Amino acid sequence: MPPDTDIGGPGGDRFPATRRSAVLAAQSEDLVERERGLATIVESYWKPVYKYLRARFGESNEDAKDLTQGFFTRALEKEFFAGYDPAKGSFRTYLRVCLDRFVANEKKAAARAKRSPGSALLPLDFDSAEGELAMKEPPDHLTMEQYFHAEWVRSLFALAVDKLREECALRGKDLPYRLFERYELDRDPEEKLTYERLADEFGIPATQVTNFLAFARREFRRIVLEMLREITASDREFREEARSLLGVSR
Amino acid sequence: MRWLSDETVAHLRRVAEWPDLGDTKYRVLEELGSGGMGTVYLAEDRVLGRKVALKVVGPGAASPEIAARTLREARIIARLEHPGIVPVHDAGTLPDGRMFYAMKRVDGRRLDELATETPLPERLRVFQRICETVAFAHAHGVLHRDLKPENVMVGSFGEVLVLDWGVAKILELPEEDPPRDGGPATPAATAEGMVLGTLAYMAPEQAEGLADRVGIASDVYALGAILYFLLTLHPPFEGDAALARARGSSGSAPLPANQRTPSTPRPLAAIAAKAMAIDPARRYLSAQDLAADVAKHLDGEPVTAYRESVWEKGARFFGRYRTAILLIAAYILMRSLLLIFYRR
Repeated sequence: MPPDTDIGGPGGDRFPATRRSAVLAAQSEDLVERERGLATIVESYWKPVYKYLRARFGESNEDAKDLTQGFFTRALEKEFFAGYDPAKGSFRTYLRVCLDRFVANEKKAAARAKRSPGSALLPLDFDSAEGELAMKEPPDHLTMEQYFHAEWVRSLFALAVDKLREECALRGKDLPYRLFERYELDRDPEEKLTYERLADEFGIPATQVTNFLAFARREFRRIVLEMLREITASDREFREEARSLLGVSR
Repeated sequence: MRWLSDETVAHLRRVAEWPDLGDTKYRVLEELGSGGMGTVYLAEDRVLGRKVALKVVGPGAASPEIAARTLREARIIARLEHPGIVPVHDAGTLPDGRMFYAMKRVDGRRLDELATETPLPERLRVFQRICETVAFAHAHGVLHRDLKPENVMVGSFGEVLVLDWGVAKILELPEEDPPRDGGPATPAATAEGMVLGTLAYMAPEQAEGLADRVGIASDVYALGAILYFLLTLHPPFEGDAALARARGSSGSAPLPANQRTPSTPRPLAAIAAKAMAIDPARRYLSAQDLAADVAKHLDGEPVTAYRESVWEKGARFFGRYRTAILLIAAYILMRSLLLIFYRR
């Protein structure tokens, strides 16, 4: 049978199915499971949501913080995500539509961050999001939907880099991560950084640089796909998101 | 969580696109380059312990048509066993669903990069090797259809390799699908530099999408365009002229090579012009004929594409037999001097 995807292969079973979809977990009737799912969704989406609020609605940073907190808290309380149907589109689009509706309702009620009394604040590092906004303003040539998508990709990759660092540290593979960081993340585009120079910098043979970098890249790809699997609800959505994430750059 | 710039995100996207080689015998080491239909990686064949170049269809380009075309390209190359064509070792589908083929890894430089640093006689010798390879493909019923300096690699031991057979056509088989760059150029297509670059070397009948008229003469045209580049270090059409061809005004000849670069020998400019004649019937009949005319020029013989004046004949004769003429002249001079000396 010909492959039906360029990412997952037939049935997508080459890719991690070990972690249950956070989107499905967020729809669960079990509160603990729902909270687990929502925590993963928050981790992946809070920064794009915050930046989207700032860019699209021109909210002040304090209002955007309240709205971000309010949106995710309300999502847990009111089971926003229970209504998501993977057959109708991607979860990312659904979340953005929910966010638009939430903001419209909030504005209508003229109440900021209308959380239930006693709701705990989510531990979100808004200062870092604000710092990122200061570094890069929303570009004029993107629609808000494209901007939300671009920020979501940025957030997903940044999380994947964090996870790669943590996993490498746990497995005693700091050096592959440090090489990955130096070569893939911190390299100045003008810099002619060769594997030989990298080998000199790190005091290892060039063949080891090649092998370590290949390992770190493979792991990075695995983590990205695992995260993607986790924040999508179905195989089809996973494949479409993977194609969109990995395929549109060409 | 660290902030990633747009450039880093774009770069990481490419890193994440690396093929999943799963349980295959290959292990990806680094990316070598990417083109319209896929990306080429340096990989290690773990069974044989050698490095290979692995061409993988890009996720963005993945479609049954492109997968089929990639497999077709691998099969075409596999049937052309020639020192000027990189051998294919293996082909198939990766565990992540993408098509790939593995070929010999070649160390070298692209002709367009190398030409500026190479003297003309050496460039012409490289050109003859390209013609030989293309002639071999033609003899085996294969048209390349995308010949250009970017698709020629000169190896570190002087080997000349013709690459990228992705839009090649097998002459005895019906057309399976329209060529990637061979159909009428659309505004969308012209927005991509790769298509423009190709158009600069493309025969008019091919640029106009006249598939039934594309044949050996079309490859001969492209070879003429490569010769033009090697003589002038410019493609025959650039900028607006290339765009005009993309819009269908392809029936114009480029500025003669000796007007573009006055140091170009006229016979060579004429050879390029003949190979690039708008009417396919007026071009060289084959790549061998084209190479043979270049060889004649290198050997100091008259070329078929150019009618010399008496002065040019004389100059060429002198150039070809310079040593003998100088020796005879020196001999006559010595004899004359001796005669004068003894008569006194």
